[in-house]
Amino acid sequence: MTTEAKGFPLPSSLKVVPGTEAAQAAYPYTIQFGPGDDERFWFYNSMHFPEPMSAFDMVTAEAAYCALGSSNTRVHCLPTTLGIDHRIINGRVYIGGNAVTDPKEIARRTDEFQKRAFYYYANWERLYEQWKGKMMQLIRDAQALPKPELPEFEPLEHVHAGRGVASNHYLLETYQKTLEGYFRMWHHHFEFLLLGYGAYLTFFGFCKKAFPEITDQTIARMVAGIEAEIFRPDDEVRRLARCAVELGVDAKFQEGVSANDIIKSLENAGQPGKDWLEELAVSRDPWFNINVGDGFYHYHRAWNDDLSMPFAGLPDYIRRVKAGESLDRPIEKLRAERWELIKDYRELLNTDEDRAAYDQMITLAHRVFPYVEGHKFYCEHWYTNLFFNKIREFGGLLAQHGFFGDAEDVFHLTRYELDLAIADLMTSWSNGSPPRGPERWPRIVAERKAAIAKWAKHETPPALGPVPDVIDDPAIVMLWGITRESLNTWLAAESGGPTNEVRGFAASSGVVEGPARVVKSVEEISRLKKGDILVCQVTNPTWAPIFQKIAGAVSDIGGSMSHAAIVAREYGLPAVVGTGNATAKIKDGQRIRVDGGRGVVTILQ
Amino acid sequence: MPSTEHIGWFADIGLQDRPHVGGKGGSLGELQRAGIAVPPGFVVKTAAFEKFIEFVERSGPVRARVEALDADDLEAVTQCSKELRARVEAAELPPALLDEISAAYRALGGASPVAVRSSATTEDAADASFAGLQDTYLWVTDLKQTVARVRSCWASLYSVESVTYRRKRAMPEAGVAMAVVVQKMVNARTAGVMFTRSPITGDRSVMTIEGAWGLGSAVVGGEVTPDRWVVGKITGDVSVREVSEKLIQHVPAPGGGTRTDPVPEDQRRAPCLSDEELQALRTVGRQVERHYGRPQDIEWAVERDTNQILLLQSRPETVWSAKESAPVARPAEDPLAHVMSIFGGKR
Repeated sequence: MTTEAKGFPLPSSLKVVPGTEAAQAAYPYTIQFGPGDDERFWFYNSMHFPEPMSAFDMVTAEAAYCALGSSNTRVHCLPTTLGIDHRIINGRVYIGGNAVTDPKEIARRTDEFQKRAFYYYANWERLYEQWKGKMMQLIRDAQALPKPELPEFEPLEHVHAGRGVASNHYLLETYQKTLEGYFRMWHHHFEFLLLGYGAYLTFFGFCKKAFPEITDQTIARMVAGIEAEIFRPDDEVRRLARCAVELGVDAKFQEGVSANDIIKSLENAGQPGKDWLEELAVSRDPWFNINVGDGFYHYHRAWNDDLSMPFAGLPDYIRRVKAGESLDRPIEKLRAERWELIKDYRELLNTDEDRAAYDQMITLAHRVFPYVEGHKFYCEHWYTNLFFNKIREFGGLLAQHGFFGDAEDVFHLTRYELDLAIADLMTSWSNGSPPRGPERWPRIVAERKAAIAKWAKHETPPALGPVPDVIDDPAIVMLWGITRESLNTWLAAESGGPTNEVRGFAASSGVVEGPARVVKSVEEISRLKKGDILVCQVTNPTWAPIFQKIAGAVSDIGGSMSHAAIVAREYGLPAVVGTGNATAKIKDGQRIRVDGGRGVVTILQ
Repeated sequence: MPSTEHIGWFADIGLQDRPHVGGKGGSLGELQRAGIAVPPGFVVKTAAFEKFIEFVERSGPVRARVEALDADDLEAVTQCSKELRARVEAAELPPALLDEISAAYRALGGASPVAVRSSATTEDAADASFAGLQDTYLWVTDLKQTVARVRSCWASLYSVESVTYRRKRAMPEAGVAMAVVVQKMVNARTAGVMFTRSPITGDRSVMTIEGAWGLGSAVVGGEVTPDRWVVGKITGDVSVREVSEKLIQHVPAPGGGTRTDPVPEDQRRAPCLSDEELQALRTVGRQVERHYGRPQDIEWAVERDTNQILLLQSRPETVWSAKESAPVARPAEDPLAHVMSIFGGKR
């Protein structure tokens, strides 16, 4: 095969969108593209950051790559890779791996890796139990942080108790603890992640060799958990639908009535209404701590903060309950099917040695998988919601003091700028002088909002720089599913290719036709109608209640192990993921055909 | 009607009867006994051939003539083959044997058309090399023709290729015999082949199904580019769907035999199997493979009026099975060592 002469644009050739230079300059110098970056390969991390990043939200990239890197580089000592560098331009996060290629260094790191990672694998259950304890403690600590407030006079009881530290100091303390907790959470997040994916991919690689034509989704089905946390929020919505019917309050749930109005009408519906609201409270804590995105944007609000998402699913579920349908996931049946699948493939192996190796690998994959599936709920959802909500409280306080018009505006300051603004408020409260912030921030916030709006309309290349001959970085392959082959697909897409076809990973089989609903951000979800095909940058399993409405799903990024793929399979919905460019190529309203078994989307008109 | 020394009904025979009913006959019997739908039929067993050839030899030697041949003397072989084939094709059957075959033919359904197929008794490898040489006659419409085609099958033992093959190996003619399958013809709407593994990668977890409109002879003979599907053996997922332009089809000719017809315009680019039929084929293929314990190479047909799926033949897949060698991975003393395939680099 000849090497493609064609590469991706160099970082230095990317121009900041005119008029947004100041907003671009606000990001820290550490993540601006600079000299030397042209020598390296970068790709747009649209899986995690599909929309332009506001200044504050970049804390997620910073904290996550900091934790991922330390786990790979220093804690488990992955033999062939260090951490991942990130850069931002026009609000888009590009990342690049840091491979280890010197054989001596790889050998040295291999020794270290086996002492560390193998210990984790060998003690997985115990360490994972311990992890849950640590994670729950971290969540409780975050919940215990006080709401930032500045009274006019220090409360008398503080004075009489001899507290000796004034309220303004607690702004600093709470902000620092909030940030500290978030960075710590990301360390927890990566404590097991690469090891978990690695064990899964070991089994995956074996299956691909033994059964060269096996689909990714089949391997995923052999490993995926039946009762993973990720299914719980949707299970709770189904449970609430059943409760509504049982309590006879189902008539209150009508399409088009807001969640708040429904709740109000239930409050006035006597005991049954109150009983249902109590059931709602049970579901909310903790399962509605799931957010409508991946938790990486401040505006991916949790169900608990915005009940419209879970409530949107209720009328349909209620209709199905009344039609006599059981909404229970058939756990035992699913479990039996999974074992059957594992057994049937085992039978097809050629030798007893293969079967013994297969048993070893799937045992390890099953061992690690509860973490791989479960951690997201605690980290990306529950904790992230607490974090952004705490920052939102600071936003409220600053807005109250005239720093900007709205609490949400706080997310247009970097985490360093927010520290400064809080210091400004602390100082001015002490001195009795007006803070300086109100003169400074409103103009900057307006400028940055305008920049994000411009960047959102601006297409950005999927990758930058020279294409590497091989991608041997397990982190990149595992987490982003990027291989030399997928890059070739992207390059081909850049240069045209058949215009009516989009290809990706076959995530969930079946063929379906319908109108495409191109959803570029979470806020557009409400446009989806029954029978639509969801076309988005990254599918998200917390959209589960709308999965019962749609007929199929297509995404730009994601592998067959993405949670979206898992949920699509669960719903028996055809899905193609990791297409690279579906949202750019498919126009809203076009009729498309999704062939989830082949990974092909055809534009029919 | 019971089986006899000369006639074996499919229901009464199996693979272990190969020495008497040949590979094809044994396989069809085995399939039927395993509960798989095959077109009904019987085998004219090797004992019948032996009776017949003794009867023919009353008017002069046959087998001794073959044994006297030098495999390298192509001219002599050709001359002898021509003469012996003509004698075999023209010879009368012993009357009792003719009666038995006639009775079986009538019991099969009388007027309905049959396929007459030779069924060799040689071992696997040799069988494979004979495969193209033995004869199959489709759409044979009456008793007289059927008996004539049975003789044609017997006569094929004396083809230049067969004789040369046996002489090269100095096989004694006394052990040489041919069984013949007589089977109801399937008026196929769609027919084709199915491998219960991937012919491209050898993957045993998928099946490849190829089919086209009409009788299977167009697919087997390579006269039409068939539609092609790859179906997960266990999951049923269809990972490849190639619908090709199918210009011709083989259909039964009014006076017997088959003819080539153009495929109507609107069917050329239409898939020749529905998804339900694909899944039904997968189920049958799995059943056959399980029964034999090895991957199979299957010929199948979908009946035009009933849409019933029938198997016409199943034999062990030989190409990949011969290659099977080293395991993909061996068990490790420390199961954790497997993860180095991901973390160790050099992939």
